[in-house]
Amino acid sequence: MSAAVDAAQVRRLTQELLAAHPPATTDRADFLRARFDAGLAWVHYPVGLGGLDAPRSLQPVVDAELAAAAAPDNDPRRIGIGLGMAAPTILGYGTEEQKQRFLRPLWTGDEVWCQLFSEPGAGSDLAALGTRAVKDGDSWVVDGQKVWTSSAHVARWAILIARTDPDVPKHRGISYFICDMTDPGVEVRPLRQITGEAEFNEVFLTGVRIPDSRRLGPVGDGWKVAQTTLMNERVSIGGARIPREGGMIGTVTKTWRERPELRTHDLHQRLLTLWVEAEVARLTGERLRQQLVAGQPGPEGSGMKLAFARLNQEISGLEVELLGDEGLLYGDWTMRRPELVDFTGRDAGYRYLRSKGNSIEGGTSEVLLNIVAERVLGLPVEPRNDKDVAWKDLAR
Amino acid sequence: MTVQTEAAQAPDLLYTETEEDLRSAVRSLLADRADAPTVIAGIESDTPYDLRLWESLAAGIGAAGLLVPEKLGGQGATHREVAVVLEELGRSVAPAPYLTSAVVATEILLALGAGGGPAAGLLSELASGSKVAVLALPFSASPADAAAAMTGTLERTVSGVAEAAAADVLLVPTADGLYAVETGGDGVAVQPLVALDLTRPLATVTLDGASGTLLADAGPATEAVGRGLLAGAGLLASEQLGVAEWCLTETVRHTRERHQFNRPVGSFQSLKHRMAQLWLEVVSARAAARNAADALATGSPDTPLAVAVAQAYCSEAAVRAAEECVQLHGGIGMTWEHPAHLYLKRAKADSIAYGTAGRHREAVAALVELPAP
Ligand SMILES: Cc1cc2nc3c(=O)[nH]c(=O)nc-3n(C[C@H](O)[C@H](O)[C@H](O)COP(=O)(O)OP(=O)(O)OC[C@H]3O[C@@H](n4cnc5c(N)ncnc54)[C@H](O)[C@@H]3O)c2cc1C
Repeated sequence: MSAAVDAAQVRRLTQELLAAHPPATTDRADFLRARFDAGLAWVHYPVGLGGLDAPRSLQPVVDAELAAAAAPDNDPRRIGIGLGMAAPTILGYGTEEQKQRFLRPLWTGDEVWCQLFSEPGAGSDLAALGTRAVKDGDSWVVDGQKVWTSSAHVARWAILIARTDPDVPKHRGISYFICDMTDPGVEVRPLRQITGEAEFNEVFLTGVRIPDSRRLGPVGDGWKVAQTTLMNERVSIGGARIPREGGMIGTVTKTWRERPELRTHDLHQRLLTLWVEAEVARLTGERLRQQLVAGQPGPEGSGMKLAFARLNQEISGLEVELLGDEGLLYGDWTMRRPELVDFTGRDAGYRYLRSKGNSIEGGTSEVLLNIVAERVLGLPVEPRNDKDVAWKDLAR
Repeated sequence: MTVQTEAAQAPDLLYTETEEDLRSAVRSLLADRADAPTVIAGIESDTPYDLRLWESLAAGIGAAGLLVPEKLGGQGATHREVAVVLEELGRSVAPAPYLTSAVVATEILLALGAGGGPAAGLLSELASGSKVAVLALPFSASPADAAAAMTGTLERTVSGVAEAAAADVLLVPTADGLYAVETGGDGVAVQPLVALDLTRPLATVTLDGASGTLLADAGPATEAVGRGLLAGAGLLASEQLGVAEWCLTETVRHTRERHQFNRPVGSFQSLKHRMAQLWLEVVSARAAARNAADALATGSPDTPLAVAVAQAYCSEAAVRAAEECVQLHGGIGMTWEHPAHLYLKRAKADSIAYGTAGRHREAVAALVELPAP
């Protein structure tokens, strides 16, 4: 049936969904489950797993119809890790049983996911990780420490990478698991951050037993599986259409227009430069989206994260200065454990501080520049001295 | 509030197949007739313009008449196709009066509503490439200068007119309106200047007792000149994109091949990061330039903003790419025989042409209501 799906059919299915479950009178969660079951969650996924085996370019048709009908959405910001990273990895490497078990509650937001990748000793050099998984019968016993884990305090499941063979070079001895965050031995401790809040955590894994049926991909092949996750992490900013002055530039321009007493010539020059850059970044994102829809994905995606990180930082820095005396204040240093990262509805100081993470989370800007240089421009890779050394013999 | 949250119709930022075909044709012509040694030899001779190249480009490929409707002898294409030609001309820095004649002068004549009369005749000649016309204003004039340019009489001296040396006809704005003046006529002198950009000659034009044909009265002429400068500025962004692209490609190529310290210099991270950054700027410049070309082509109400954004961004991107190109080539980048300097000179001159980035940011400020203190 796959080749037969077209825009008209997708539109008809969407209308049928809306007719059977009128958004105004249907419970939010029920609507989302029905949408998944109708194959309208992510149309390019297989039938039975929230999709229709349709071209990805038909998703905007669904989204537009649903938005026009004011249908509830699945709050992608709150479940970003599940949607952007866990789902494509499970789809690519999961067993049929795993796909059936995990994708639906993941998409509806009934179950939140987190990503247990980074460790105190392994961030950019993720493949150096030391968390151990040792086979014991039908299970793996996991011991180690993860860090900077966003949303671990609200997550039901985690994607986890751990070392299953210390005697081979680092990239080859890693396996990929799905970890139940409610299992004994999983301890989540808030890790307070620069903003005063604890949006991420430390996660201690002590004798955690993971059944072998929750392994993703072959033993020792976890690095390859993780590449799927990381690639999707960096591309997941695509897709969304931002209006002009959407994003952080909009908050500064609003202040600029409403409060003439704050204006200076220096700030004016910088604001205009950033306005133009934000508009160009928006257009570049739009061009990327058009390429995706036309079925010719470009490498621009890796650039967009770099661009947005720098823009967010510069714009929010300008905003603090523009506010002058008010910029000297901060909303609230109370330690909280938010469920999602939200730049809007917060004060300029929070935005300034939180945006510092944009060039670190999901791969630092330095690491992304390496990726662009090597994979897009084809520049020579750095000489490496860790490729043929067993993990256990590496300097650390 | 002039800020539109979403343009009525989203701009098409990709290239069509026809546009890619046109690109291949122009690229192979330029590779054939205007490679770097040929361009360098040309600028050192007395004849900066290669008339055979112009003939092939303008008449052979039909590039000069892209904006002109078929009934007036043109191709009936749009600014989107013209932008592709300019990307290629930027990549080759071949001296050709394309931007000035096939874009700015042509756009002015088109805006005059060429329903017969002298403007229509001239337009057909420009479209076929048999004549070249340039606007007799300094190359730095921005779209915002159009009204101020409509002053004085035909008696005048205008400095810094781009490609006047190649022109058969000058479009001269005066208080009465816009005149067409033949450069070969009495009382017209075109005196070459020593220009920073060797591949786009400048000249001082002196009109002393010259006669011209009145093309339009001051009112419509002001609008037409403004439209010409707007199209020039908007499509210049595509030329700047071409310049930046060439600079990045050549820098990547060179640093992959050049060895120092027993490894390619392109394997050093400080260089890789600079080139990756340039790549991001080129990718962004492409989106901005395409947006301006598409807005001009569709007559979008967003055009003035799209043009100002493209100029404010692409000018600086091209200059940075060219400056990095020279630096990352090391000593060879400072030599006359290596073409890098041609691109630096073009990029820097382009950053002043049709208004600096700063002038265009002022335009942005006015258009989106972000007033100065
Ligand atoms: C807000 C936030 C949320 C996060 N959420 C999660 C999460 O949910 N799950 C998770 O697993 N991780 C998470 N992380 C961790 C994040 O992925 C890592 O912090 C990141 O990959 C960088 O690793 P590191 O902190 O160890 O820095 P390091 O790798 O120690 O880097 C230190 C510095 O060295 C530079 N550097 C490192 N290697 C190179 C190189 N090869 N070339 C040039 N420069 C280099 C880096 O760019 C950086 O400037 C989060 C981080 C933040 C800030």
